[in-house]
Amino acid sequence: MTEKHKKMLLRILVTFALFMGLLAGEKSGRIIWLEEFPAGFLAYFVPYCLIGYDIIWKAARNIRHGQVFDENFLMMIATFGAFGVGEYSEALAVMLFYQVGELFQSYAVSRSRQSITEMMNICPEYANIEEDGQLVQVDPDDVEPGMVIVIKAGERIPLDGRVIEGESMIDTAALTGESVPRRASAGDEIISGCVNGSGTLKVKVTKAFEDSTVAKILELVENAGSKKARVENFITRFARYYTPVVTIGAAFLAVIPPLLFGGGWGEWIQRACIFLVISCPCALVISVPLGFFGGIGAASRIGVLVKGSNFLEAVAEMTTIVFDKTGTLTKGEFKVTQVLSGNMGEEEVLRLAALGEGYSNHPISNSIRAAYGKPVDVSLVTDVEEIPGHGVCAQIEGSRILVGNGKLMESQGISYDEYQSGGTVVYVARDKSFAGTIVISDTVKEGAQEAIRRMKQVGVRKCVMLTGDRQEAAQAVASELGLDEVHAELLPADKVNRVEELLERQQKNQRLAFVGDGINDAPVLTRADIGIAMGSMGSDAAIEAADVVLMDDDVRKIASVVQISRKTLRIVKQNIVFALGVKALVLLLGAFGMANMWEAVFADVGVSVIAILNAMRALKVE
Amino acid sequence: MKKKFKLQDLDCANCAAKMEDGIKKIPGVHDASVSFMMQKMTIEADEDQFDEIMKQVVACCAKVEPDCKILL
Repeated sequence: MTEKHKKMLLRILVTFALFMGLLAGEKSGRIIWLEEFPAGFLAYFVPYCLIGYDIIWKAARNIRHGQVFDENFLMMIATFGAFGVGEYSEALAVMLFYQVGELFQSYAVSRSRQSITEMMNICPEYANIEEDGQLVQVDPDDVEPGMVIVIKAGERIPLDGRVIEGESMIDTAALTGESVPRRASAGDEIISGCVNGSGTLKVKVTKAFEDSTVAKILELVENAGSKKARVENFITRFARYYTPVVTIGAAFLAVIPPLLFGGGWGEWIQRACIFLVISCPCALVISVPLGFFGGIGAASRIGVLVKGSNFLEAVAEMTTIVFDKTGTLTKGEFKVTQVLSGNMGEEEVLRLAALGEGYSNHPISNSIRAAYGKPVDVSLVTDVEEIPGHGVCAQIEGSRILVGNGKLMESQGISYDEYQSGGTVVYVARDKSFAGTIVISDTVKEGAQEAIRRMKQVGVRKCVMLTGDRQEAAQAVASELGLDEVHAELLPADKVNRVEELLERQQKNQRLAFVGDGINDAPVLTRADIGIAMGSMGSDAAIEAADVVLMDDDVRKIASVVQISRKTLRIVKQNIVFALGVKALVLLLGAFGMANMWEAVFADVGVSVIAILNAMRALKVE
Repeated sequence: MKKKFKLQDLDCANCAAKMEDGIKKIPGVHDASVSFMMQKMTIEADEDQFDEIMKQVVACCAKVEPDCKILL
């Protein structure tokens, strides 16, 4: 509790004691003047001022600023109305109850704020640098790439970098939700936001603080609130009309019936006051964004960043999920498993392929170079031309070498022995004649199968895989994992087209997600309703383009996020129905004289408190 | 240009929504968001008249919620 809350609590307790005293006096009949005008009015008005002076002060100030439909102003009118019709004890009670509700509400909000900020407490406060043999703490902002920092055991890693000395276990739980520590020793890349476990590390900083992982994550999460879900926009629009409409309704209720049917002004003014008390849409305006905030928080707790409420909403409606094969369903760790020779030795086939792919960083090229095992002298290679989706063409030792898939061979008019079973195949040709085949296999990621199964369980109807690989290789992976649809032998540009086709086939309330590791994926990530990128393997461009980022590349977590998003939306909808339902009911009862001020105050602040408590459930991870 | 500000004593969610609405209507402001939960405000506006716009933003907030301070 803050100072402000404590002060308010004291005011509430004192007023409550006074109120009880007055009420006892009035009801027992001992103090008969309590219902009469100046004496009774004054007896109740003094505690009323004690509990409500800030409301009246704010109301007066806001009227000066032209804010007529202000909560404080409406409360003031409502209670003054009660005083005016001689219901002194009720006026005081309503103000008291209102303040109790406000205190509850403010307390609940500050608690939820606290638990959210605690959860995002991944921001490092300082970095240690060595100066004249002594460690000095500096602001991470002041550390530049290339500098060396020292991270002691138990400290948070302040900046991204590469370990140059020391060995330790690193706890990545804050970023990935995974509590299994990772080993880091000289040469390893480490990312900011994680906690250094046991040993001291010397780290060479590779990125400035504003570009570091932790700064990016914080920015993403903080900005998440500004991308609003449809429900949120609806509530904002609704709130804009709700208050004026109810207030005008109150004015009519106070004036029209007595004029038409005559008599009882007091009765109708009292009913109008009930309207005024209910006219604040606060319960909705707080609880809906709070629910989404909690949902995004819960997702980030398991290591998934959702970049906005709108995406959380979209994930809940996801029916189709499209995977890019390499790096998402498979490890992307390619290994040469077989070399078949055509018209030259196996070693020579591998050497030519390694040279041809010498400039490429594609995982397949890397695996060929790794299988070759000797240093590749790229100076032997000239006129390298990369043909996307086909392969590479190069001039090596006076011959024209082609390294690529079947399409490349066909387009160059080279007859080759087609390799039939699974795996990725690279054909090599020299001077228009077929030289040999290299078979490369990629292993399916652990958990990929479970990921697909869970996805089906949570109601994703179609799991599709896109790949540039050969049909046979793709089919083998697809049947192992239980996918519904496979599109193989695609060029990078084809992927966008396929996703667009799938998008067209969707119905209105269905959403399509695309999961990719970010190599050549950015356009598809943007095009899909929900772009999901791999955080630790993916490129910065992919993380930028994506709407959801899996921090530890674990595809199983997609199903968990679907569950979190559904729960969040359920909570948000419950809150909307509950708040509007109670308000509508009390308005109706109030208009017919069947509800009193107490119920009205409950419909205002009571509903807010319940809705906030309900919204906080979204933050919990099961 | 996009800038972020901390807000102090932003106590009412409806006021935050009203502020956001009001700020968006100031000429030169491309986008604005007031986060009640984070107690933060993000404003995207023309760079050359940012200071001028900020004065209007402060006035607008003071009108809606006089207790709330923008920490510039």
